[in-house]
Amino acid sequence: MASVLSISNLTKTYASGLQALKSVSLEIQKGEIFALLGPNGAGKTTLINIVCGIVTPSTGTVTAAGHDIQRDYRAARMKIGLVPQELHVDMFEKVIATVTYSRGLFGKPANPAHIEKVLRDLSLWDKRNDKLMTLSGGMKRRVMIAKALSHEPEILFLDEPTAGVDVELRRDMWTLVRNLREQGVTIILTTHYIDEAEEMADRIGVITRGELILTEDKTTLLQKLGRKQLILQLQEPMNAVPAELAEWRLALRAGGNELEYTFDAKSEQHGISSLLRRMGDLGIGYKDLHTDQSSLEDIFVDLVHDKGGAAR
Amino acid sequence: MNHHAIWSIYYFEMHRFLRTAFQSIATPVITTSLYFVVFGAAIGSRMSDVGGVSYGAFIVPGLIMLSLFSESINNGSFGIHIQKFTGTVYELLSAPVSAMELVVGFTGASATKSIMIGVVTLLTASLFVPLQVLHPWWMVAFLVLTSVSFSLFGFILGIWAKGWEQLSIIPMLVVTPLTFLGGAFYSIDMLPPTWRTITLFNPVVYLISGFRWSFYGTSDVGVEISLAMTLVFLGICLATVAWIFKTGYRLKN
Repeated sequence: MASVLSISNLTKTYASGLQALKSVSLEIQKGEIFALLGPNGAGKTTLINIVCGIVTPSTGTVTAAGHDIQRDYRAARMKIGLVPQELHVDMFEKVIATVTYSRGLFGKPANPAHIEKVLRDLSLWDKRNDKLMTLSGGMKRRVMIAKALSHEPEILFLDEPTAGVDVELRRDMWTLVRNLREQGVTIILTTHYIDEAEEMADRIGVITRGELILTEDKTTLLQKLGRKQLILQLQEPMNAVPAELAEWRLALRAGGNELEYTFDAKSEQHGISSLLRRMGDLGIGYKDLHTDQSSLEDIFVDLVHDKGGAAR
Repeated sequence: MNHHAIWSIYYFEMHRFLRTAFQSIATPVITTSLYFVVFGAAIGSRMSDVGGVSYGAFIVPGLIMLSLFSESINNGSFGIHIQKFTGTVYELLSAPVSAMELVVGFTGASATKSIMIGVVTLLTASLFVPLQVLHPWWMVAFLVLTSVSFSLFGFILGIWAKGWEQLSIIPMLVVTPLTFLGGAFYSIDMLPPTWRTITLFNPVVYLISGFRWSFYGTSDVGVEISLAMTLVFLGICLATVAWIFKTGYRLKN
């Protein structure tokens, strides 16, 4: 796959002295869904705003669809759609007018059929003649997406698209994003909801304190950093882990009623069967057993926490 | 050249204007009528002719300029300022639009509205006093140049202002006094010599004088100087706009 967005050594220091980005480099492949995770103030929005032309970078270069975003800003920006985090809309305008306006602004000739399709896809067609001020927050969010899609962009930025929207819209949004990907649109989204990234993204980048600390294929990330746990509910509670089981480094939980064995998910030799055999030999009975797998959320918290601790 | 964008901005701005067309047209009509009742009928009847023109007719060009200034500044500043205020400016900044295209769209719409209102003011005035326009092409030229220059000036204000208070302070503290002292209601010949010299530093004098010349062929200063001053003002505004977009002043981080 070819790279559609190429960011290299991007830094941004605001006039206030705040260093929002510290040398970020990133390649986004055509047609992928990339999720950018990070705590508040990590630099996610600054990164997006630089690519879209709203913020001027201090140093570094960005190429979008083969065009340098500064030297060749016209060609680059025509390929990019942006749905910002905040709900900025022209309150007194009608839905269809504001979406049609956006298309023109991005240099495309009028195309009522395309506008109709976008509005229908977002369930906005019935509201096309409503003024934006009369719409609910979720509907305004849809309008902002419609504006971003009005000029048929190749790269779509969704800056926290599902912040403060209800479950139904969130599901709709996920469907929409998948449909767009099928049409070949590359999507870069930021989110606080890790389940969202886990559900949708092909690749994940974690940014904190202006540094991209990790970019990884989602499944690889889950495999690589994921840990599995085997939990055994004991028939008889115990006070201490027997010395014979020391090599598995077990932990006692729930007041001695549960034994917890943590193992590496990617390792072939995880030793579950030998553990269970040894327990049988020792006459330790268990009522039930289950395994847990660390979620992306656990991984994320670990990463950001470690990094944050090191930086302090 | 992104002509789709220029047209979109122009159309969008004109549409905003037409939504409030009634207020936009009614205000200059009522204001002009009030000026004529007070200055034309009440006071004007006791005034002698100025340069061979009745006082009522004499003040018409000044009145039109007055509404051109305020309308151009208001329209020029409002369109961009409300986008900064509501945050929708993100879209303009991320659009494949050059600074010049943006300015042409916004200023073009603002100037169009001002010219429409100038014409309405002229028509309203013609109901009260007999009018003659000796040099119609010059009149149109001054009308257009002034509308464009002050719309640009308004556009700069709209970007500069950090809030609505700042937006109204320049028109109130600077433009209104300059206009009233710029010979809208009198010929600067009526002033004592010292004040006449001071008045010549007021750029508005040149605009009003040139515009009045296009009506009656009499002026306080030469029409070429008037035209030159108008172009100088336009040039300063253009240079400021170019600087704003080059540096991203109060638009970008």
